[in-house]
Amino acid sequence: MTALHLEFDVAGNNFVSAGSASDEVKKTLKMLGVDPAFVRKVAIAMYEGEINMVIHAGGGKAVVDIFPDRIVIVLEDHGPGIPDIELAMKDGYSTAPDAVRDLGFGAGMGLPNMKKYTDSMNIESTVGEGTTVTMVVNFAR
Amino acid sequence: MKIKRIVELLDATVYCGEDMMDVDLHSACASDMMSDVLAFVKDQALLISGLCNPQVIRTADMMDIKCIALVRGKRPTEDMIEIAKGKGIALISSGHRMYSACGTLYAEGLQPGEITV
Repeated sequence: MTALHLEFDVAGNNFVSAGSASDEVKKTLKMLGVDPAFVRKVAIAMYEGEINMVIHAGGGKAVVDIFPDRIVIVLEDHGPGIPDIELAMKDGYSTAPDAVRDLGFGAGMGLPNMKKYTDSMNIESTVGEGTTVTMVVNFAR
Repeated sequence: MKIKRIVELLDATVYCGEDMMDVDLHSACASDMMSDVLAFVKDQALLISGLCNPQVIRTADMMDIKCIALVRGKRPTEDMIEIAKGKGIALISSGHRMYSACGTLYAEGLQPGEITV
């Protein structure tokens, strides 16, 4: 049973608002009294994913389902897709342009960070169609 | 180390968080790469950065960081100040370079935080 269902439109190429969906989820989890350590893991993973959608895909949609024992985050975009997911997962591999590096991102750590802070992460991507990233963080030990 | 002591040591300008000057910080981290902060830093209280855009504030917020010290004389934009105010993050700016800001605070006892790799 879903305790709470949230949906967000993530605007593309808007670096000021980037992160606001993650911010909302963080606030909601805090309000629900979720352990701060889990709140932080979720916030970081979703924020990196949100930044990725803004940088690479011209925005997208974030669908979040909060259950008593876990959170499921689905980030869906209609961007260029990821040709080689295994390569994209490698620490330090990045296709971000220099302008993005000037903004403090694009170090090739986004996807590895997302994997690190979640209990499961699945990427489905089709070149030319888009990418869907599904992440789960369990609240229970 | 209280934020007001950090302001004093770095000869910094306070852009928001004037009411947080007595907040005690126990550790610090410094980076211009936000993914570095998100990847390696845990339980930090002060973020020292030469990067000056709204994502510095968002990153700090995701990490529960209480104070951001911009270095190299970077002046925060109105957007940044507004987000920081809303998040309860003190935002200060110093003319020190990164190396000197870190060295000054370290020498005065502000420790690097626990890191996770």
